[in-house]
Amino acid sequence: MLNPKPVEPNMYRYDEFDARFVSERVEQFACQVQRRLSGELTEDQFKPLRLMNGLYLQLHAYMLRIAVPYGTLSSRQMRKLAHIARTYDKNFGHFTTRTNLQLNWIKLVDVPAILRELADVEMHCIQTSGNCVRNVTADQFAGATDEEIEDPRPLAEIIRQWSSLHPEFVFLARKFKIAVGACEKDRAALAYHDMAVQIVRNAQGRTGYKVMAGGGMGRTPYLAHVMREFVEREDILAYLEAVLRVYNQDSRRDNIHKQRIKILINTIGPEEMRRRVDREFKELKAMGTLQLPQGELDRIAAYFAPPKFESGLSDAIPDAGADFANWAKTNVSRHKAPGYAIATITLKTPGQVPGDATSEQMDIIADLMDEFSVGEVRVTHEQNLVLPHVRKKDLPAIYARLKELDFASPNAGLITDIIACPGLDYCDLANARSIPIAQKIARKFENLERQQQIGELKIKISGCINACGHHHAGHIGILGVDKKGVEFYQLQLGGSGAEDAAIGEIMGPGFTEHEIAEAVERVVNVYLAARQPGERFLDTYRRLGMAPFKAAAYETVAA
Amino acid sequence: MTRLLKSGGFAADPFTAVADDAALPEGPVLVSLARFQREREALLARNTALGVRLQSHENPESLGADVPRFALIALEFPKFRDGRAFSWARMLRTRLGFKGEIRAIGDFLYDQMNYQHRVGFDAWEVPDHFTIAQFQRALTEMTDVYQPSADGRKTIRELRAGR
Repeated sequence: MLNPKPVEPNMYRYDEFDARFVSERVEQFACQVQRRLSGELTEDQFKPLRLMNGLYLQLHAYMLRIAVPYGTLSSRQMRKLAHIARTYDKNFGHFTTRTNLQLNWIKLVDVPAILRELADVEMHCIQTSGNCVRNVTADQFAGATDEEIEDPRPLAEIIRQWSSLHPEFVFLARKFKIAVGACEKDRAALAYHDMAVQIVRNAQGRTGYKVMAGGGMGRTPYLAHVMREFVEREDILAYLEAVLRVYNQDSRRDNIHKQRIKILINTIGPEEMRRRVDREFKELKAMGTLQLPQGELDRIAAYFAPPKFESGLSDAIPDAGADFANWAKTNVSRHKAPGYAIATITLKTPGQVPGDATSEQMDIIADLMDEFSVGEVRVTHEQNLVLPHVRKKDLPAIYARLKELDFASPNAGLITDIIACPGLDYCDLANARSIPIAQKIARKFENLERQQQIGELKIKISGCINACGHHHAGHIGILGVDKKGVEFYQLQLGGSGAEDAAIGEIMGPGFTEHEIAEAVERVVNVYLAARQPGERFLDTYRRLGMAPFKAAAYETVAA
Repeated sequence: MTRLLKSGGFAADPFTAVADDAALPEGPVLVSLARFQREREALLARNTALGVRLQSHENPESLGADVPRFALIALEFPKFRDGRAFSWARMLRTRLGFKGEIRAIGDFLYDQMNYQHRVGFDAWEVPDHFTIAQFQRALTEMTDVYQPSADGRKTIRELRAGR
């Protein structure tokens, strides 16, 4: 095994201020843990404090959620995560739909030590839970795709800093999720966020930001409304703060299910929301303290400068056998530099728990990052990893190594590339298990030829109405419910979290755990029989509507 | 029992909190927004310091042009999880230009005092066992801040620029 020297990728690096901030935050939390252990804090008082630092109490143990800001990790950080999972947990971690890493078997007394280890590699758990601004996510192809106007991560980093322990917004009515994208193609599910920023160009060719708010999943799904089509660069923090301020002041606080910003905006209407936001924005802009100078944007952007791409590389994907060619077809995407590619590692080999990786797998991925992708990896909201900058000529070698790891499934975007929340196996909010259902469906469609024939089809599974598995945004969404102690699974069709965002339509009564995979199969068969050339499942569904799918899904259940 | 913490130390509270249906005693009083609105003329005519108590759903803008006539505005935390008063305090200090005392009352935690201080609170009703040392520690656990707020502290960005 090669053991390459860690490569430091071009990404944000803490300066002395960030480093002190995070280490003081660690000690502050260590003190809160002490006060809980000594009984000075009740569990009720400790709860929001620990949540604000990513610590949940799950079914069996504490769960710690580590922030991976805008999904970007260095190999040094990946090795640290592997080490922490090995030392303090059961040797594996779970990459989440918020691009974080969760450890499921943590002891409270170990948490301060884990946080100190994380701080050593410029990581933290700040605001990965609780009623505050959560980890900021971004397009996983940032800085590598030729589709973007610019790399969205510098703005995401600026938002991370601004939202870290913001004195006004750490006790919001509910959680608040922000995503940043930079192209028409939406890989970050912008429309499903409490607030989203899309980098755009206006008619004069100037770069600025489109701001959306009020999207969300959960029991009342909504797509975000555009708050403002074009916010000038220097105004962006003032505008985002204005939205949050209106939310903090005006949101309901009397019913936990009606306290997200989506409810506020859809109650008062987007027009009234814009009016209230504009008033705050005008005042904040006039005060000037949140104005973002171009120099500051440039300074942060410099950290994310593109790596030095080699010139003169062949732009062809090498010939390396049929298995490799299959993998390259789905898991390799176009890069902006000739001779380079973006490689998606799906953590979804049929039979695996979606998003899980062992410490050994993380260590080897860190090696791959160093050897082939300038020391960098991205975590995606679809619970996969992405090597953003690889030379096409290295793809066969990468594939061979992923194969040894059992992470070489050629299924990115296909029916077995399933999002699933941890479900009742871990989560005390869940009504039903998600993981075994994902495994069952993946096994059913394991045949690669069949997967390729079906083409792009996104299945997303949540074990309860909170929708951590994004079922509303699935082309096929599956929601686990509990009926008198028995798990049932409802189907939803036609959702999308991409640029054609839509909320899936509920089909009808649920299926048992034994029926659900076959019901999915019958739905897929309707599509295969009815599709027109070039149509994805989603397109056929949109053309035909629910009726033929519903008729087929329930066909044999009744018999 | 509670004590008043102000200007970095414990202070006597000159205000008498008065229930909505109780007779007004001599001297400075602290009344609810409802009572203030009902008895506005009489309260303002008393020629003594006046305080108003706002519940977390009561926007300070509802005080209108009367804001500068108060010596004290007490913002209530009904539950420590209800963070609306963080925005109300900031609004009082910046938009409404309130220079008097903003007092935190109700159910709040030690761990929130630094945030309260940042957005404009300058007085706290704390339990008897609470110490000045605890208060000082609450304000100094985190040295630097990323956001501008009502306290006017230099942000990390400004500190970087000044290096």
